[in-house]
Amino acid sequence: MTQIKTHYNRRSFLKVSAAAGGGMLIGFSWLAGCKPGVKPEEMVEVPNEWFEINGYIKIGDTGMVTIYSPNPEIGQNVKTSMPMIVAEELDVDWKNVVVEQAPLNTGLYQNQFAGGSLSIRLSWDALRMAGATGRRMLLEAAAKDWSLNVADLTANNGVIKEKNGKRSITYGEIASKAVGIEIPEEVKLKEIGEFNIIGTSKKNVDGKKIVTGEPLFGFDFHRDGMQLAMVVHPPAFGMKVKSFNEDRIKSMPGIKDAFIIDTTINEPTWSDVNAFNQLIAIVGETTWELMQAKKALNADWEVVDELESSKMHLARLEKALENGEVEESRKDGDTDVAFKNAAKVIERTYSSPFMAHSTMEPMNFFANVTADSAELIGPTQTPEALEGSVAKLLNMPLENVTVNMTRMGGGFGRRLYVHFGVEAAAISKKFGGPIKLIYSREDDMGQGTYRPTYRSTYKAGLDENNNLVAFSVKGAGLPGGPVFPNRFPAGAVENYSAEKIKAKTNISTGAWRAPRSHFTAGAEQAFIDEVAELAGKDPIDFRLELFDRAKNKPVGEKYDYDAERYAGVLKLVKEKANWGESKTGVYRGVAAYFCHFSYVAEVFDIIMDNDQPKVQKVWCAVDCGIVVNPDAANNMIQGGVVDGIGHAMYSQLTFDNGVPNELNFDKYQLIRHSQAPQEIEVFFVENEIAPTGLGEPGLPPAAGALANAMYKATGKRYYHQPFMTNEPVVG
Amino acid sequence: MATFNLKINGNEHQVDVDPSTPILWVLRDHLNLLGTKYGCGISQCGSCTIHIDGIATRSCLTPVSSVGNYNITTIEGLSENGDHPVQKAWLEHDVPQCGYCQAGQIMTAAALLENNSNPSDEDIDNAMHLNICRCGTYVRIKQAIKTAAKL
Repeated sequence: MTQIKTHYNRRSFLKVSAAAGGGMLIGFSWLAGCKPGVKPEEMVEVPNEWFEINGYIKIGDTGMVTIYSPNPEIGQNVKTSMPMIVAEELDVDWKNVVVEQAPLNTGLYQNQFAGGSLSIRLSWDALRMAGATGRRMLLEAAAKDWSLNVADLTANNGVIKEKNGKRSITYGEIASKAVGIEIPEEVKLKEIGEFNIIGTSKKNVDGKKIVTGEPLFGFDFHRDGMQLAMVVHPPAFGMKVKSFNEDRIKSMPGIKDAFIIDTTINEPTWSDVNAFNQLIAIVGETTWELMQAKKALNADWEVVDELESSKMHLARLEKALENGEVEESRKDGDTDVAFKNAAKVIERTYSSPFMAHSTMEPMNFFANVTADSAELIGPTQTPEALEGSVAKLLNMPLENVTVNMTRMGGGFGRRLYVHFGVEAAAISKKFGGPIKLIYSREDDMGQGTYRPTYRSTYKAGLDENNNLVAFSVKGAGLPGGPVFPNRFPAGAVENYSAEKIKAKTNISTGAWRAPRSHFTAGAEQAFIDEVAELAGKDPIDFRLELFDRAKNKPVGEKYDYDAERYAGVLKLVKEKANWGESKTGVYRGVAAYFCHFSYVAEVFDIIMDNDQPKVQKVWCAVDCGIVVNPDAANNMIQGGVVDGIGHAMYSQLTFDNGVPNELNFDKYQLIRHSQAPQEIEVFFVENEIAPTGLGEPGLPPAAGALANAMYKATGKRYYHQPFMTNEPVVG
Repeated sequence: MATFNLKINGNEHQVDVDPSTPILWVLRDHLNLLGTKYGCGISQCGSCTIHIDGIATRSCLTPVSSVGNYNITTIEGLSENGDHPVQKAWLEHDVPQCGYCQAGQIMTAAALLENNSNPSDEDIDNAMHLNICRCGTYVRIKQAIKTAAKL
């Protein structure tokens, strides 16, 4: 048995227990429409009474269990997988578990954010502890009831039994007596081998609601008496609003008010990225009336900064690669000398444009600001950051601000930034009542917080035996470079240098699914493929040689990856894809990448269909430690692959005079059904390592494997994204 | 403003709205039918797909004045208990990730199967072309449509 410190005293659990019920306030509660005594399909009856065990767990008198999922759900499926971990240690039957979204509560839950593929990794211990603590409390209650010791009892699947006797009692029957039981300083956790929920595939807990169209998302949130609001931001980066035809707008049908808001706050943090602090806000009864009012808007904008264009961006990136400011670097050996002495040298440059997040649900937030409180409900990846920013905006103590989370129609990093929630609060305050701010697609795509544009130059030197003896990368980005100096092949090459270079832009940017890794993986893995070819070696064998070197005779003081696990996914994908086998008309490429503490290798098979490359099949090998929910994990990797292909092939955001040229899906191209692979097979490495994330790691290798397979098909190397554009604008 | 009598999911509804109002916003803002989603407003993403007289239609560009007496079906009315073959297949394959686009995907798929009970991959690609999923659930959607065809 593993012992774990409980970290919390009973009081802190109970304190937040009361608040945890707030998850039901937003009206999307599973139990909202259920009456006590009713028996939902395949479950025990809905309880008459619920008992708060701790902030994560509530048990009903029928044995139904509510588990609060602490982190925001953006489609990474943590609303299912996090409660699975609690249920495992609590030892209950999963079919009797109901999941509720917890509200923001920093008193109990830690790391209540969705970002960096970190939800499971950071909460693994806390979730296990929450379940194990609940189990222990129920055992203590039963032991007390029967005048026995906890050691005399067993708890399994929601039933407590006497080891040497016949008595048994269900969790539902004993729950009332478990309330308030002292939590021991240490609780026992299950051995990995004892898991019977973790490692089995459980369906998405919101699945039925999603396929029947029940309201789940922020866009669907409604409160009686609330008004809708929309904003208008300047048409160009570098512009600011001066005035607008306020009287005309206010006189339009259904329009309640129109004004300019200022969301500037003191001491902004990283999550306050916002290109436009001053916005025109229109409040009204219905969406269509607001959209008509926006069309009738006539505003004066002033130019306050340079109006940038894509040509300008390209020139800045090229200049930055020559002599830009280095943010971070690494140097092993002497690359200059090594390149001079190398038998063969190859140098290539890769690029990728700005990109939008394109969450299918545009930004939105509900806010109800009164003189001394602010209530916020909506889709955010960072509720705690939003709470802080709203408190600053309103000059209100943190405890007067509440944040409830709705299911999100995608995040991909876009909802790490809180400006739309802050804007909702500013509008509600000025309007003097509850409002729900909604963005149109054009508002969403034109407002900024884009993925930065990148350009990297790679150089490699081989000796006369075709060993890689020198490797360098210089990568620039607007506003930050894409390079990870200590990642592969750092540690595997005698002479190595890496430089991460920054350059200026006033286009606002932010994290985008697998920040920097999405570009660097594609560029580096395409380059490695070309270097392997120059060396006359199989691309997988070539990489494995480098991992051997990093493992057995590492260069430099440290590197960021585990060479054995990295090699492990390559070996697994090699076996599963029957690497080396060739089929007429089918072209293969491989790539592997480590990011967000997980390892993924991918093999792509493509065919040419009417002279267009089409991905037919993809094999993925993944090492993310213990896999909590295998089928959902598989889904996540499949999605990452499709997303990676789509953005590498089709998507780009370009600028003229500060204006983004693509503002909707007619011009900004996302991958569509016919362009997705026919089949994606995912294989997980089996081990007992604590789990790491999956929301991001499936995406980065895709661009590399795709470029390498496309080279085999067309004889042409692909250096500049999007690959399916004749002339990428940035690059 | 004008009064419109609409037949939605087998029920009669009367709304008093501007005739240019897209049916999407009539459903969402006036009738509290929130399953039909807004994604782009220009008929490019398919999140707002409903059936008008059985035909998969983008509700974001369909003015309420153009609907007339036709039967409108939204995701809420696709089946009584969420047990339409497409919905069942979606659950069986656990298709959704974020879930936002899925009502539109399901409505398009249901209309496809209504007219073509055994669609080929190409038929599916053609029918689903205007439904975007940023999460990238396309592979499972295709599998689910094939499963639904057999249910």
